[in-house]
Amino acid sequence: MTAAVCCWFLSLALAPLFLGIINRTKAFFAGRHGVPWCQVYFDLWKLLHKGVVCSRTTTWVFRLGPMLGLAAMLGAAALLPWGAIPAGVAFTGDMILFAYAFALARFGTVLAALDTGSSFEGMGASREIWISVLAEPVFFVCLGTLVAVTHQGSLSGVIPALNPQVWPKAGLSLVLLGGALFLVLLAENARIPVDDPNTHLELTMIHEVMVLDHAGPDLAFIVYGAGLKLWVLAALLVNVLVPWKPLSPWGSGAVMLAGMLGVALAVGITESVMARLRLRRIPQMLLIAGGFAALALILTLR
Amino acid sequence: MWLLLAALTIMLLGGILAALWVRSATAAKFIGSGSLVLACALGLIPVAHALLTGSVENLALPWALPFAVFSLGLDPLSAFFLLPLLVLSALAAIFGQTYLREFSAPKLAGHAFFLNFFVAAMILVLLARNGMLFLMSWEIMSLASFFLVTLEHEKPAIQTAGWIYLVAAHLGVACLLALFLLLGKSSGSLEFSQWLAHPAPAALAGVLFTLALLGFGTKAGFVPLHVWLPVAHPAAPSHVSALMSGVMIKLGLYGLLRVLGFFSLPPLTLGWTFIAVGLLSGISGAVMALAQRDLKRLLAYSSVENIGIIALGLGLGFLGQASSSLTLVVLGFGGALFHLLNHAVFKSLLFLGAGSLAHATGTTDMEQMGGLLKKMPWTGSAFFIGALAACGLPPLSGFVGEFLIVLGALHGGSAPGAVQAVPAWAVLAGLIFIGALAGVVFTKAFGIIFLGQARRKESEQAHEAERPLTLVLAVLALACLGMGFASSWIFSLTVPVIAQLTHAAAPLLQNEAAEIGTLLRTLALAFGTLLGLTAVLFGLRHALLRGREQASANTWDCGAAQVTPRMQYTASSYVQPLTSLFRFFLRTRKQQEAPRGLFPADAALRTETPPVFYELIFVPLFQRVAWALSKMRWLQHGRVQLYVLYIALALAGLLTWKLRP
Repeated sequence: MTAAVCCWFLSLALAPLFLGIINRTKAFFAGRHGVPWCQVYFDLWKLLHKGVVCSRTTTWVFRLGPMLGLAAMLGAAALLPWGAIPAGVAFTGDMILFAYAFALARFGTVLAALDTGSSFEGMGASREIWISVLAEPVFFVCLGTLVAVTHQGSLSGVIPALNPQVWPKAGLSLVLLGGALFLVLLAENARIPVDDPNTHLELTMIHEVMVLDHAGPDLAFIVYGAGLKLWVLAALLVNVLVPWKPLSPWGSGAVMLAGMLGVALAVGITESVMARLRLRRIPQMLLIAGGFAALALILTLR
Repeated sequence: MWLLLAALTIMLLGGILAALWVRSATAAKFIGSGSLVLACALGLIPVAHALLTGSVENLALPWALPFAVFSLGLDPLSAFFLLPLLVLSALAAIFGQTYLREFSAPKLAGHAFFLNFFVAAMILVLLARNGMLFLMSWEIMSLASFFLVTLEHEKPAIQTAGWIYLVAAHLGVACLLALFLLLGKSSGSLEFSQWLAHPAPAALAGVLFTLALLGFGTKAGFVPLHVWLPVAHPAAPSHVSALMSGVMIKLGLYGLLRVLGFFSLPPLTLGWTFIAVGLLSGISGAVMALAQRDLKRLLAYSSVENIGIIALGLGLGFLGQASSSLTLVVLGFGGALFHLLNHAVFKSLLFLGAGSLAHATGTTDMEQMGGLLKKMPWTGSAFFIGALAACGLPPLSGFVGEFLIVLGALHGGSAPGAVQAVPAWAVLAGLIFIGALAGVVFTKAFGIIFLGQARRKESEQAHEAERPLTLVLAVLALACLGMGFASSWIFSLTVPVIAQLTHAAAPLLQNEAAEIGTLLRTLALAFGTLLGLTAVLFGLRHALLRGREQASANTWDCGAAQVTPRMQYTASSYVQPLTSLFRFFLRTRKQQEAPRGLFPADAALRTETPPVFYELIFVPLFQRVAWALSKMRWLQHGRVQLYVLYIALALAGLLTWKLRP
């Protein structure tokens, strides 16, 4: 239990650093020096010390959105094990709550965006929810395949069971799942090739445009929540793809952190070598992810 | 049982008395609604008793009709459906008497009469244990609801809606009549107990099941038999829509579950059928709900979607029976029944909310609303909770039902054997897709109606609904919250029903259910933690902002000089990426006047999403039927003597047929 709590706090503490690593990777590929590793921490610190300006159009929904989003992500982080270290909260079917936590966060942020009555934010909300409709079933088929491979009911049972003994039997499925989860991760977190986290004022943007009107602590909650969401999904990917799950907490922690570094580099490299897709290509990308997931599932049916 | 009969009597007497005092609106209000509320409260006692103890009561009274016995019964299955019926009817009656205040006294009297008869007929449908009694109650239910729907019968649109509803209801009854005749012929009696004791031969089972699926499916709103829902619901007064959507369409499912015991089909067939029907209804209901701009029509399509979800759960339960997996049985049936209650509550909440909105703004067109949360904080907050429940999100009741069904799908999917695994996977992917679409539908509904700025003057001048209306909404919103946190208790109510449906051994079932009950309690704890985390963040924000500047400003307008409410995203533009993704199905019609020239002055875009199934299936079908029947028109000439001759000939024909050797 202590280990689980430590892991949870470590997730909370390191999520902004994860964004820092991605940014530095992108800077490296672009031949720039890049912002400091800890820039996101500085940003959060700055935002937490500011006041807020709220639009006159808005209501309590606008203020609730960021809190709901962050609370859901804090909850999701508590449901995810680190290798062999079980999660702080584990019960049969916890993966369903895990996945619905993302939907709850989205419900909050999308309504907060619509609350401003701005066409910018309306556009962001419309696109965010459009992508989620395509990504959510894929994500669930991935989770379902994990259950079918391991015959375990909870995430804390599923993840440790994805050990080196399972890989010879279900390796192909797991690799396909890794591909599908990676695409879902990119889409859900508004990374290139779906959305560009660096553009604030272009019409293809999705996540960034939804939060235009948030300021101060509200924006800090949103930025931190988004970082945590990326961290949680990346940690799930590491859990699925890395077969080594040492029993000692230190070993599991080290494997997890190394894996996270790998995912951060992979995201950074993807963003560096790819351009953003045209908006109408995004369903096709998610369809590919769905194809991977479905194939993985069919392979488990043998 | 006697208490229920007393409740029925009070209800019917109240209705008749209200109708006799045609001239007094007060009489309609107090006698009509008062007797309904009293009767519902009275009826809850035996229902609670039956649900909590799982006892079965039967009562048979002699009846003068041939072949018919006035036999009633109260078992867990009936009681489970009676619970939302009684509670919601009482709430709807309270809501209705304020809601209809502006109507004339004769109309109110008629309304009170038909409302009481409608509720009484629904109760009788659930209690009837005789084919004749069942069909008669069913017919009274359909007719009474027809008159309730056409309350404002002067309006042509409402007349059309009423006709469509009446035709659909009677096509359904025709199938049921055939079903009951076949059952009666094969067993020689119209008593349900006889049918249960001597199930129809296997050769007939397929025909019987198809008839039941068509007849009850029309009432339940299975796609493509759902066409009356999106027409009748917007036409009816809101509290009637709430009752029809929250309770009446569930009676279609009740009928199906009831008659499934009268013939035996392999559970695997049932499982596949229910899952196919559920996927079709769920997905097409949700996609069509996306494209609506009329709030009540959107809610009607959402009911089709939710009936689909319930059918998915039932399908999983039958799969569990086929593979004798008790866990799957409990998860599937339990999830379906839980979602049934849950849908009854949140859909009533949303329909009644739509009623308050219609009162305040004079419209149900979402594109004319906007920014109403400031004007109607109570209605808006209740609608927020209803929308959250409709999206199936934690920590409300909506999540629990979907959780159970998804868990069942995960369980069934990891079982060996593709025959069971494949439909379970279909349920998993389909249900999540439906859930995600529901998320879009209800963020759209809440966001466009209550958030942003008012799009029309009427919405700007709107004010909060009267106290009784908001009170009813608050009760239902609290029920949504309570059912999320007390889900294990609500779930325990479904156990006797599952036992009755599956004839499973009670101790084993109890064990399984106890396990799931524990799980649901854990889930409630997780919900509590989630709320706790939100509260902590709220406190943190409050503490951080203490003493700091909290300014108000305009929404950031990107430097535009004149930002108007018309620049906001609309309901149609919010879902445009999705509707264009599903354009092959929705067939949205577009009329566009593109801006022309260097200094364009006018431009217009009109989109309209037609009811696809109605236009592609039913309109051509009924045209053909009308054409074929028009050939027989020479029989109708208005000469009474010849009509009498027809009757005599028909009687003579029947007589010779009966007397033939």
